[in-house]
Amino acid sequence: MAEYKGIMVYAELLNGKLAPITGELLGCGKRLADELKEEVTCVIIGSQLGQIPQDAIALGADKALIVDDPLFKDYQTEIYSAAMEKAIKETSPRIVLLGQTSAGRDLSPLLSFKLGTHVAMDCLDLKVNAETKLLEKTRSVYGGNARAIYTSELMPQMATVRQKAMSPLEPNASRKGQVMPLKVEIDASKIKAKLIETVKEEVAGIKLEDAAVIVSGGRGIGNPEGFKQLEVLAKLLKGAVGASRPPCDNGWMPETAQIGLTGKIVSPELYIAIAISGASQHLAESSGSKNIVAINKDSEANIFKEARFGVVGDWKQVLPAFTDKVKELVGG
Amino acid sequence: MEAALKIKDGKPDTKITILSLGTNLTRDVVKKPLAMGADELVLLEDPAFDGSDSWATATALAAAIKKIGNADLILCGRQAADWDAGQVGSGLSVLLGLPCVTLAKKIEITDNKAKVHRVIADGYQVIEVDLPALITVSNELGQPRYAALKGIMAAARKQPIVWKPADIGVEASQVGAAGSKSKVNKLFQPVKEGKCEIIGGETPVEAGANLALKLREAKLI
Repeated sequence: MAEYKGIMVYAELLNGKLAPITGELLGCGKRLADELKEEVTCVIIGSQLGQIPQDAIALGADKALIVDDPLFKDYQTEIYSAAMEKAIKETSPRIVLLGQTSAGRDLSPLLSFKLGTHVAMDCLDLKVNAETKLLEKTRSVYGGNARAIYTSELMPQMATVRQKAMSPLEPNASRKGQVMPLKVEIDASKIKAKLIETVKEEVAGIKLEDAAVIVSGGRGIGNPEGFKQLEVLAKLLKGAVGASRPPCDNGWMPETAQIGLTGKIVSPELYIAIAISGASQHLAESSGSKNIVAINKDSEANIFKEARFGVVGDWKQVLPAFTDKVKELVGG
Repeated sequence: MEAALKIKDGKPDTKITILSLGTNLTRDVVKKPLAMGADELVLLEDPAFDGSDSWATATALAAAIKKIGNADLILCGRQAADWDAGQVGSGLSVLLGLPCVTLAKKIEITDNKAKVHRVIADGYQVIEVDLPALITVSNELGQPRYAALKGIMAAARKQPIVWKPADIGVEASQVGAAGSKSKVNKLFQPVKEGKCEIIGGETPVEAGANLALKLREAKLI
């Protein structure tokens, strides 16, 4: 296995820059590379990359392997997977990391089957075993109630990483690295799945997945009007409003607001849970939140086991006072 | 299933075969698609399939699809997030050498192509793919329809075709736990810190205001 060496990170782009997940993967990749005393190679696929390879180096890459070609302007499964397959075959990395994003979820299983290796999806933690040098991949299983550590002897070792599970490095513009082109020859006439167009669906306000602050309500909110009060608080804190399953099932909130195993996975800095008891399916996907604050009248509610701060009381009385004080403090 | 039925609604001569893998599959559950309108049910059912990871599952399904033969379109669910994280569909496409489109919320068939709306984070991609192809279906495509009484009666008369590894030409060692490429080394429950600081006050109103002050003190707001 001596020929497999180094960490490869698949870079994702967003609005002409590296997406946050790429910084997180590079931060994680650099940590693993330091433990192994190996290097991080970042594969960047796109068109008119400009400064992007340097940005990847500033965030921890030692090498940037780039495909800069108009054909690769937008993500397309067939040609992107062909490019990544080539990058992996030419470089023989020990570890390949991708984000648990729409592109990462699409690419990873294709690559793992093409390469005859295993990929662990949606990992929360990654470590290298000091003895075997195999990657220990921690995933959430049983609806978030348990964690499982996976290993595989097959090379390369592949994983996708949940967004915001890892910390990026502080960008260091003076870091030096090598930028190398990756030649991928694609016969455009032979592409079987062609991208016709990309349709963006605008979401009003801040997206739950991107929000630093989420104000979330549960069954106890009782009606759609109740959620209006949550919106006021969310607006003050420049955050987004979410919900557990019952409010969405009852039509008080749209399905796109649902957080939990069947909804969205979020990891904000601050998660304010109002009248949410904390069913495990909800906690499973909100427990990535850095700080949970709970308001619930039931002092035995599960959510208090996860929360950092809490108030036991009826939200209808607690929330207006809390909101007023927040308004005073943030000067809104 | 709903995606297949929608295609059949437009092209009534479409033949739908349902393929499922497992052990001790409950007949009432696996026959449900027949009641909804599928033509044929094939079960890969044998203890040898036990403990299959996505690799072993895809290997068995690919062998069965080759045996069934001539499918224009292979549809897969996006799969339970838990153990497999939706790898089987993509894996199958590699093993069968077919183009793959994941997370479809809409599928239209025209001539020898499928036009697919593929869900991405901030909208969707419109993709045109040559058939035969493999498409994984997002739950946004819609809830499966209810079975009509006529369908339920018809399904009751149909028997599933049951295949064991030998029937699809794979060795028992290629499937199930033996054919899997990963292992779970450790299973544990995350430690709950349980250090919630309860903020009090004379009244709920005071507690609410105190909470805001506490969050400011902790630099959270």
